Amino acid sequence: MKPVLLSAYTTTSCLGRGLAPTRAAFRAASSGLAPCRFETVDLNTCVGEIPGLDDVALPPGLGRFDCRNNRASEVGLAQDGFLEKVEEAALRYGRHRAGVFIGTSTAGILQTELAYRRRDPASGALPPDFDYRRTHNTFSAAEYVRTRLALTGPCAAVSTACSSSAKAFATASRMLEARLIDFAVVGGVDTLCLTTLYGFASLQLLSAAPCRPYDVDRDGISIGEAAVFFLLERTTRAGSIALLGAGESSDAHHMSAPHPEGQGARRAMELALGAAGLAPEAIDYVNLHGTGTPSNDAAEDVAVHGLFGDSVPVNSTKGMTGHALGAAGALEALLSVIALEEGRIPGSPGTRVVDPKLRARYEMRGAVRNVQRVLSNSFGFGGSNCSLVFGRVDGQ
Amino acid sequence: MTLAACVEGIGLVGPGLAGWPHARGVLCGSARYERTRTCIPSPDALPAVERRRAGKAVRISLAAGLEAAAAAGRSARDMGAVFTSSTGDGENVHAICEMLASNDRMISPTRFHNSVHNAPSGYWSIATGSQKSADSLAAFDASFGAGMMEALSRLAADPDEPVLLIAYDAPYPEPLNATRPIPDAFAVALALSSPQRSRRGATITLEPGGTSIDVLDDSQLEDLRRGIPAARSLPLLRLLALEAAGRATLDYLEGLPLTVRCS
Repeated sequence: MKPVLLSAYTTTSCLGRGLAPTRAAFRAASSGLAPCRFETVDLNTCVGEIPGLDDVALPPGLGRFDCRNNRASEVGLAQDGFLEKVEEAALRYGRHRAGVFIGTSTAGILQTELAYRRRDPASGALPPDFDYRRTHNTFSAAEYVRTRLALTGPCAAVSTACSSSAKAFATASRMLEARLIDFAVVGGVDTLCLTTLYGFASLQLLSAAPCRPYDVDRDGISIGEAAVFFLLERTTRAGSIALLGAGESSDAHHMSAPHPEGQGARRAMELALGAAGLAPEAIDYVNLHGTGTPSNDAAEDVAVHGLFGDSVPVNSTKGMTGHALGAAGALEALLSVIALEEGRIPGSPGTRVVDPKLRARYEMRGAVRNVQRVLSNSFGFGGSNCSLVFGRVDGQ
Repeated sequence: MTLAACVEGIGLVGPGLAGWPHARGVLCGSARYERTRTCIPSPDALPAVERRRAGKAVRISLAAGLEAAAAAGRSARDMGAVFTSSTGDGENVHAICEMLASNDRMISPTRFHNSVHNAPSGYWSIATGSQKSADSLAAFDASFGAGMMEALSRLAADPDEPVLLIAYDAPYPEPLNATRPIPDAFAVALALSSPQRSRRGATITLEPGGTSIDVLDDSQLEDLRRGIPAARSLPLLRLLALEAAGRATLDYLEGLPLTVRCS
């Protein structure tokens, strides 16, 4: 595929609101995970919560979209000069030439969870202030962004569980290449809700401590939340940071467990490298899916070691951010871009002793390196896999 | 920019519409339409464990997808897939929200993994063994159009890989049904290939934009089109049933219809 320019980006997660605090956390390898105090949740786990979402107000006229998920989007869109960059692109290309593709797994389902506590005792009806379309429905995550930015071109929510927002990049790049659109707003937005917290608890996949990817004692995930957006354009300049390739596959194995030999993961990585026209040794750092469950990390290690051997540095940033589920692909794309900007691989807080059974070259500590190309993995329920390659155009 | 595809096979499950051969007769006027409740097919292609766990959305999307692949004479293993739906599995969401509002919040693992929007595509890949890419999109009432855009841009990016587009919707129980009424279950699948590689079936082109959205003469079919996002495909299906050259303007996003031409 032709490289796709990342002409603007912004991130909101437990590492902070905006690029500046996120870069600082990246350099310090600090973790945003803390014991869960979210809502009425009574689970012994840690979460990566975005600070201050309860105090965010949506702009006038958009009140019907009000929910935690769209508040996170609003914080993201309004910072780092992102609105202004989108406006410049809209003036340059036309608002109808914009695609909006947002990855999410649960959108604003928290609003429905809360509304079910307020059902009419006689009829069972949901309260009249509940707006299904603009909060609960999966599309609400994309519709909010499109409406807020007043863009009028193609739009969809991509919802393949934890690979959602990685796949949103692939969708946008195809539409750019087909010239259906001239620019795209791509992102991932997923926020804390009871469905995912109690759901992962039911699978016994929540760690009580902050997650420890690749650690010999890893025992599960920490759930995070994030709203991350990118502005994508076709035209690239030498030296600019771009999406170089995307690869997607299915496991065809199990709904919630990965293929034990990481077959689908391997295929997604190979396809991404093929699309970028790169050999495995051209990659300087692999940002793993690395959730911190025993089986996920083991399966991914088979695939990553099989392809990259032990020469390419790899690690997971989920010890910093937690697992942002449908937003994880976009969040880790953003951290991959910071790695390219800073010439530094991130650290892996939480990981203390790397599991000797895992064979890829896992680096626990951040370090200054020559980072020109990064591969980022995102794998989800339903056996949905997506790998993305980011790098500097022309290898400059 | 215009996208193009050959429609090699069609599958359909809907209220009073059992399979494409039957639906084709209804849509081209040779058979009368009688609206009955959608007959939910049994997911025989799944292994026993998954078969028991499969909800309505999985069952109808699997049946429509397999019908389209068989009509195209292709193995689903060799095809990419684009799933698109407004709602997913409404009964499962309702059960989870009820439990989370109760004193016992411990939902079951099966309920949880069935709650993801891409559950039908996950079950599909297990049933068919396809390790190709599978998309899972949501665009509220625009979901069928979003799936068309995705499927045809996939063919443009990789003409060698045929794509199954599977659009489906299933109703919510109350109280969600009152906030998002979807009258019945409906799934349509199109087996699509690149005109650069195939000459089978009708060739369609797709471009965003157009004038007034096509409606159906039969008021019951028009109710379906308006009531179920996946049934926004019906004007295109009518065109394909007639096997004639022509144009269909489909409802997509507000102020942005899709124009499909058939030759």
